[in-house]
Amino acid sequence: MEYEIKPVSKLSLGLKELWEFKELFYFFTWRDIKVKYKQTFLGVIWAILQPFMLMVVFTLFFGEALHVQTDSNIPYPIFVYSGLLLWNIFSSGLTNASNSMVSNAGIIKKIYFPRLIIPFSSILVALFDFLMALLVYIGLLLFYKHPVEIKILLFLPIGLLITIFTTFGIGTLLAALNVKYRDFRYVIPFLIQILFFLTPVLYPVSILKSSWVQNVLMFNPMAGAIELLRASVVHAPLNIQLVAISAITSMVLFIAGLFYFRKTEYYFADLA
Amino acid sequence: MKPILEIKNISKKFRIRHEHQAYLSLRDSISGLFSAPFSRNSKEVEDYWALKDVSFDVYPGDSIGIIGKNGAGKSTLLKILSKITPPTEGRIISRGRIASLLEVGTGFHQELSGRENIFLNGSILGMKRKEILNKFDEIVDFSGVEKFLDTPLKHYSSGMQLRLAFAVAAFLDPEILVIDEVLAVGDAEFQKKCLGKMEEVVGHGRTILFVSHQMGSLVQLCKKGILLQHGKLKMQDDINKVVNQYLNNEDSKKASKLSLEKEAIKPDDNQIIFVENTDVNGIGRVEFNHDEQIIVDCALSLNNYNPNLEFAISLYDRMKRRIFTIHEPLHKHRQNNLAKFKIVLPANFLTPGNYSWLMCITHPGINYTEIKDDVCHFQIIDNGSVFSKYEGADYGCVFVDYKVIPN
Repeated sequence: MEYEIKPVSKLSLGLKELWEFKELFYFFTWRDIKVKYKQTFLGVIWAILQPFMLMVVFTLFFGEALHVQTDSNIPYPIFVYSGLLLWNIFSSGLTNASNSMVSNAGIIKKIYFPRLIIPFSSILVALFDFLMALLVYIGLLLFYKHPVEIKILLFLPIGLLITIFTTFGIGTLLAALNVKYRDFRYVIPFLIQILFFLTPVLYPVSILKSSWVQNVLMFNPMAGAIELLRASVVHAPLNIQLVAISAITSMVLFIAGLFYFRKTEYYFADLA
Repeated sequence: MKPILEIKNISKKFRIRHEHQAYLSLRDSISGLFSAPFSRNSKEVEDYWALKDVSFDVYPGDSIGIIGKNGAGKSTLLKILSKITPPTEGRIISRGRIASLLEVGTGFHQELSGRENIFLNGSILGMKRKEILNKFDEIVDFSGVEKFLDTPLKHYSSGMQLRLAFAVAAFLDPEILVIDEVLAVGDAEFQKKCLGKMEEVVGHGRTILFVSHQMGSLVQLCKKGILLQHGKLKMQDDINKVVNQYLNNEDSKKASKLSLEKEAIKPDDNQIIFVENTDVNGIGRVEFNHDEQIIVDCALSLNNYNPNLEFAISLYDRMKRRIFTIHEPLHKHRQNNLAKFKIVLPANFLTPGNYSWLMCITHPGINYTEIKDDVCHFQIIDNGSVFSKYEGADYGCVFVDYKVIPN
């Protein structure tokens, strides 16, 4: 085995190298999940409790008090939970990933491994929480005896993929920027809060009367991801256009984030 | 034989920004406009070459000690070798798997148990899960913390954490091992154990690059040495020669006596005011013949006196080996809150070489203050001892006054 260490010149994705370090994905994810619920009394139950409580609060305020129209007779808890399920991957995955490089600075400065593993495994942690939250979703569907169409088996994975690609793209981009400009530490929670209202979690896309707002919303990939999941429980036709644009946007974000990260990662150890 | 590592013209440049903020931030550029509109040039960026044009080859089985003062570029070189940071210029061709140990316990997490940390740390260091499983018992054995394996790391003492960390690292199995000063911590017994383990590694034909400030362990572990000075390769030779060159260079700059300005004497504290190595005539000297007495002239101020106070002074050789310690009760010498005395070292006692003192004022069992390390250097010159024909060889620190009785 012969290789060279030299000044950075060409950009490579280094997928082969990532594969060699595949066990590290597992260990970082495992560490983060373990640490997250260490010394908590309820442990992993928190992963279920958090989205459940949110769903209850949203149902009380937006479903019962404000009567948000869901343009179908779907119970509001199911409606909002379909949104929360994917949204939570995005929001917690993005928060974790963006801060991951800075919080692992100690390791980055002392040892080499493909840096991409760090933000990626912090997104995997969010996926673990998603699996927990999915149990509540299934429970909810059973509780309301709400029929689900078979297409969920296709729509949910695609929605999930769009979510992961989006989270990964923005997450790696912010992680890299955060190493250099610590301002992003303050931008991220703020950004997530704004995006929450720009994403149809609490309301359906159709509630937006103005067509240009709808058009802007299309470029929010999370809108398409949530639309996909809802389409399989709402029994309404799928907004193909929205989903297609979302899918493309998520790919663009994914590639942009990946490349920016790859381009800057060599200097993380000097800056972190 | 092809070198396992070819380091070719490696340079590394850092940008030093002369400003106060620790981090870059967007605000800096904005606030800079308002706070200092006329001094924009003060934010100069200076290039600093941590390494400049360093080249050398490493052959399989080599054990190379990298020596240099702080800031000479040692750590930067190791970071480049371990791919943590890229070189600005030059290249390195490597023909083996490099594992680096720039810190013990990289990635240790305080909330995880000892067992979990073994797996995490091992994996970060580049071991496969299976490898760790195979060596798990040995690792635990070496660390000696088997009782606490399932206790969170935060409840470990720092010594235990270090043992565990080193145990994991000791079972790394790369072709090339890069080690930064990781042994500086830990108790003497464990250090010895680690050195033993590392010697074993070298013995197995593994290639090692080792940075340390402890010349003793460098000489013990390495065969070759590299001396870095201001980022440049100054010398590459047998480890003993490199160490000698480095130490001679260092020693020449060191002060031979310790003395405190009158104004610096505090009215409420115990301080070492003056210490000097003198000859029998009381004249300060840096060089002594081996058959000469050395008189250590000491003066202390005792403005926070207490009858239990002692003056402790230890002699070190250039390898930082402690040779002996003297504890002198101070109540015997106290006069007007001053203590003045002379310590007389016998002639024909120390072997030729360079020595330095470590001293402090101690309240035994309670505390110690005023530690002065690496002070009052002096040199012993062989003035025709029985060992003079072995000049340059290491035959110990002291001449011993022994008898041989016919049997």
